[in-house]
Amino acid sequence: MSIKEIVHQCRETNDYARLVEAIPYAQTIGMGCMKAGEEVIFTLPAIKSNIGNPTLPAIHGGVLGGFIEQSAQLHLLMLMETPTYPKVVDLSIDYLSAGLFRDTFAECHVLRMGRRIANVAVTLWQAKKDEPIATARAHLLLS
Amino acid sequence: MSDDKKTKWPFTLEEGLKMFLHGVRHSMELGMALEEITAEGLVVRLPYSDKIIGNPDTGVIHGGAITSLMDQACGLAVAQAMAPDFDITPTIDLRIDYMRPAEPGKDVLAYVECYRKTRSVVFTRGVAYQDNRDEPIAHCVANYMRMGLSKIPWSPRKTTEEGQ
Repeated sequence: MSIKEIVHQCRETNDYARLVEAIPYAQTIGMGCMKAGEEVIFTLPAIKSNIGNPTLPAIHGGVLGGFIEQSAQLHLLMLMETPTYPKVVDLSIDYLSAGLFRDTFAECHVLRMGRRIANVAVTLWQAKKDEPIATARAHLLLS
Repeated sequence: MSDDKKTKWPFTLEEGLKMFLHGVRHSMELGMALEEITAEGLVVRLPYSDKIIGNPDTGVIHGGAITSLMDQACGLAVAQAMAPDFDITPTIDLRIDYMRPAEPGKDVLAYVECYRKTRSVVFTRGVAYQDNRDEPIAHCVANYMRMGLSKIPWSPRKTTEEGQ
């Protein structure tokens, strides 16, 4: 089944677990997604294979980057009229504090969704939502 | 690399960088390997594998795996630039531009270099490519903060200097 077909199926049930399961990279980093009404929160459970700094231990900065990219892509897929898999054009991440070895959450805000390009801001947190561990913005190509 | 023996590291630069890389679990999970050390920078390889596929319709790998590769490679370039000193250097920020998708089935290489080092911050940049460095898949800049030696519990200096 193609990504497009899976998205349509997920929309009917309002359950996007199947979409996350269909993407090998998302599975590798252990991603999940929760829906609370219209809001979506993406989850990155603490799993050992995501560790970067072994002494703290802390989650690999690259995994947090991958989590951000994947969250932005999935978030847009859920919103797009004709869901085509968005391509990341650029991404800028500010790491505010170490991503400790614990569950991480992401929330996306679409600041602009044009016909071809979307600008998405992503915030990551662990303990409290108002204490972000990283913020990012990305441009994604929609067509 | 004959100068390596004079450094404060109790091992060669290559050994030190490999030890660093092999300690990073996620990078090992993705199968990254140090390919080459040059005078200006270094090359790290990310092998193609099914588990980093981002688009199951096309088999193209996920940008996140390339972000991990670039963060890891730039981190190694920082260690290279710091040698013979050693420090913990977390990433402050990382920007990546994707010029084109990676070709499925092929490994990705990252060439990175440190282009400026100050008392507090180390500046790095690099490209990800497959066949030719002049036809990059992605371009990256990343900055790292120097934490200061005192905060390192596993400094290799421990074995060579007293009182640490």
